[in-house]
Amino acid sequence: MNYAFSFSWLTEYYPVLLKGILITIELIAVGGLFGVALGTACAWARALGPAWLKPLVSAYVELIRNTPFLIQLFFIFFGLPSLGLRLSELEAANLAMVVNLGAYSCEIVRAGIQATPRGQFEAGASLAMSPIQTFRYVVLVPALQRIWPALSSQVVIVMLGSAVVSQIAAEDLTFAANFIQSRSFRAFEAYFVTTAIYLALAILLRRALAGIGAMIFARRPAR
Amino acid sequence: MMEFSTWDILRNLLLAARWTVVLSLVSFLGGGIVGALLLFLRIGGNRVLTAFTRYYVELFQGTPLLMQLFLAFFGLGLFGINVPAWLAAGIALVLWTAAFLAEIWRGCVEAVARGQWEASASLGMGYVQQMRYVILPQALKVAIPPTVGFSVQVVKGTALTSIIGFVELSKAGTVVTNATFQPFTVYGLVALIYFALCWPLSKSSQALERKLNAAHRNH
Repeated sequence: MNYAFSFSWLTEYYPVLLKGILITIELIAVGGLFGVALGTACAWARALGPAWLKPLVSAYVELIRNTPFLIQLFFIFFGLPSLGLRLSELEAANLAMVVNLGAYSCEIVRAGIQATPRGQFEAGASLAMSPIQTFRYVVLVPALQRIWPALSSQVVIVMLGSAVVSQIAAEDLTFAANFIQSRSFRAFEAYFVTTAIYLALAILLRRALAGIGAMIFARRPAR
Repeated sequence: MMEFSTWDILRNLLLAARWTVVLSLVSFLGGGIVGALLLFLRIGGNRVLTAFTRYYVELFQGTPLLMQLFLAFFGLGLFGINVPAWLAAGIALVLWTAAFLAEIWRGCVEAVARGQWEASASLGMGYVQQMRYVILPQALKVAIPPTVGFSVQVVKGTALTSIIGFVELSKAGTVVTNATFQPFTVYGLVALIYFALCWPLSKSSQALERKLNAAHRNH
């Protein structure tokens, strides 16, 4: 192997990397927040919602969980304009991540809801709470607490999966790496540094989610 | 301009889907073998090897599969070999699959009750005998549903190899779109073919879980 590694391009291109990192963080912040919200709504619909809604939500969840994220992204970005829905690269990337995480977190949150003891629902009803109130004030938070570790892992997986949004020219961290390697011809080094950044982001995100969990579920004994 | 019927599109996509199936099988089998190796290194008790497999799994689970594909593609090229896309794709997917399977299977081995180790040790069994006659048969039963479930991730993971230029179902979708200008139909069909590949695997994983769990409830 007669290859001299060089990282001197870093001095010139680090602003490109920084911008990419910021966009990847923005993507997972929006995708994570709205994805989990959508997933929670779907979990409610699937576990406790009206009968007509259940098959619709099931179809959505099965369809998303059994197709690659890349194809979902292409369908949203290239396919939907023929239905009149034209999105920018970033909007399409955000939407794809929300839709994707929504389906996965639906199954995770549903497991948490189903593990709720029946007595909790009955206790809520006996206090004259409506089913929605019981869900919101009695069931939801302990259910989320139960599945928080699984949900956190899924958010990290979606963050790592977001590397493919560079394929529709959304300018995330991978897009930055592609840009740098096409300018500096230092492909291996560019992807090596980017991979290390992703690893750091994954570790930081896991820590942050554990911290958020500790904050939300403070002073609640685990069940 | 040429006109393409839906059948033309579907036929070409199905032809390309063969390579998705082949790559999935290679990745899953290769990943299974490497994963089993990693599993035995992990639970073998040697501290250095245990640490190595821990970092291996952390590295592959903590970085995007796309980056692993790029690094395999450009990294192998550094040795002066002209790397074909299928080779880089195969190597990266095998290593990635191995990391996940090793971690899944480790959980399964650890799910076997401690008493089983102690009981077999008290019968004078050695490590290999314990594994062969007591631990692995029980761990295997727990391992089948999540392993089948993970195969879905492998099939979906192969979609990323289109990005380094391996022509499979996703790449064919892009090529056919560029020829027909019908992204809605083409990507819709691509999604349906992936669904047809993955959904039976998901369903059988769930069915196996229900079936094999029957014995587990007695503990």
